[in-house]
Amino acid sequence: MTSTNFPGAETPAREYDIVTSGVRIAVHEWGDESAHPLFLVHGGMDFGRTYDEFAPRLARAGWRVITWDQRGHGDSEHAALYGWDSDIRDAIGVIGHITNEPAPVIGHSKGGALMIQLADAQPFRFSHLVNFDGLPWKRPMSDVAEHERTRMVASDIGSWLDHRRSTATAVRKAGTQEELAQRRAKMNPRLSIEWLRHLVTAGAREDADGWRWKLDPSMRFGGFGPWRPEWTTTRLPGLGMPFLGLLAGEEEPMGWGTIPAQIAKYLPEGGRLEVMHGAGHFVHIEQPDAVEKLVLEFLGASS
Amino acid sequence: MTITRLTHYRVQLALHQLRGGSGRALLLLHGLGEQSPSSVPAWAAGWPGPVHALDFTGHGASDMPAGGGYSAEIMLADADIALESLGVATVVGRGLGAYVALLLAGARPKSVRGAVLGDGPGLWGGPTGPTSSSVVVLEPSATTPDPYALFELSRDLRPRDYAALFARLAVEHSGLLEPITVAAVLRPPWLDAVVDEVGVAEGTIASAVAAYARA
Repeated sequence: MTSTNFPGAETPAREYDIVTSGVRIAVHEWGDESAHPLFLVHGGMDFGRTYDEFAPRLARAGWRVITWDQRGHGDSEHAALYGWDSDIRDAIGVIGHITNEPAPVIGHSKGGALMIQLADAQPFRFSHLVNFDGLPWKRPMSDVAEHERTRMVASDIGSWLDHRRSTATAVRKAGTQEELAQRRAKMNPRLSIEWLRHLVTAGAREDADGWRWKLDPSMRFGGFGPWRPEWTTTRLPGLGMPFLGLLAGEEEPMGWGTIPAQIAKYLPEGGRLEVMHGAGHFVHIEQPDAVEKLVLEFLGASS
Repeated sequence: MTITRLTHYRVQLALHQLRGGSGRALLLLHGLGEQSPSSVPAWAAGWPGPVHALDFTGHGASDMPAGGGYSAEIMLADADIALESLGVATVVGRGLGAYVALLLAGARPKSVRGAVLGDGPGLWGGPTGPTSSSVVVLEPSATTPDPYALFELSRDLRPRDYAALFARLAVEHSGLLEPITVAAVLRPPWLDAVVDEVGVAEGTIASAVAAYARA
């Protein structure tokens, strides 16, 4: 393991690719290879090495910690198509490559929501499920008139289709490493610039004209579709494995704004929900000590 | 028949010109697991302009990407790229293509001069809301149609209000009194909701195509 410039961050001990469903997926691991596996799943527009600081903590506690870059993210292949089902299928490819025994799985943001669906579909893969601010609920739009809502959807659809028309020639904007860190700071205003600079070293590549994020340029925030965010969360009550959810106490641009009262009644039997007061969407980066303590206690107490 | 290659991100789509001509195009969208017809269907014989047909991603002569990830919205974007190439068009869809034709009529109401929704494979789609999850890994196929397309597009969610929203967008913004005609005999919940919307007509494909030719 190699320390990087950010205090506590370590480059993975092992990095390799697997091919699942014909798509190359980059896998990153920390900790003893013979230890019990534990999986970390990153959020949308992120990549596996956003766990560079948190994963080593779990490795030091005795776990073999595995994460991967979802298709189109980080060092994984840019695919032609992206979808919730294909992300879940890729997850099975990675998890099944490591073990078919039940293992703890921790997911952040979209990664957390994906893992709720996988835990529902393939519960035999999960010994525990931990969710870092990835419990979606519908956004509060009840005060918007129906005709106004229709217009917003129309504009979302047109904008998304315009984007799809342009994807054939889309490239991410190049810049210096510092510019990339500053750009990301607009989406992650609560995270330190030192941490964002570290992310650039792992999540960006240097081209002839400068640095650019590795993320597939066809991906962007927003979009539309028939899926309602709360449909993921309504799968929670049926889950049979121990569950711990950590909700951000502070709202921010990438956060989902879910409030505990919306989720509480959907917790599975024995499930636990903690609100991380003073922390935004990236609870494990803002309050790593507290999150590490909660997770290790949960895994210890439940095993 | 000529084929134009259109680029949708990493996928090369095949847009078939079944018949040349000038004026507004008729765009045909096939059903799930099908491909574009090789000749102009009988009900389109009287269409005054050119007739085109698109192979969706993973179908017919279009590319088949690795690893799936299909959604009706991506098929909508396929159809939108064909629409960009044609300018303005009247759209006739079978099955899955009917659902995509509805989405396209709502998403691009100024460019779609009438959408006809007909029976065909994939008309039903998946449920109207979440059900028990399943995830499968499929063996790749050397030829289209892509097994992942068949699987994923046969279970895509089609809530009634989601489908109705696209019908409303078409009615509100197309300038046509009846921008959508339902010709399908089978009425899955999403289509049932569409038929209930003001401005959605019912009729045969032939009569609707003839009416839109004059619109």
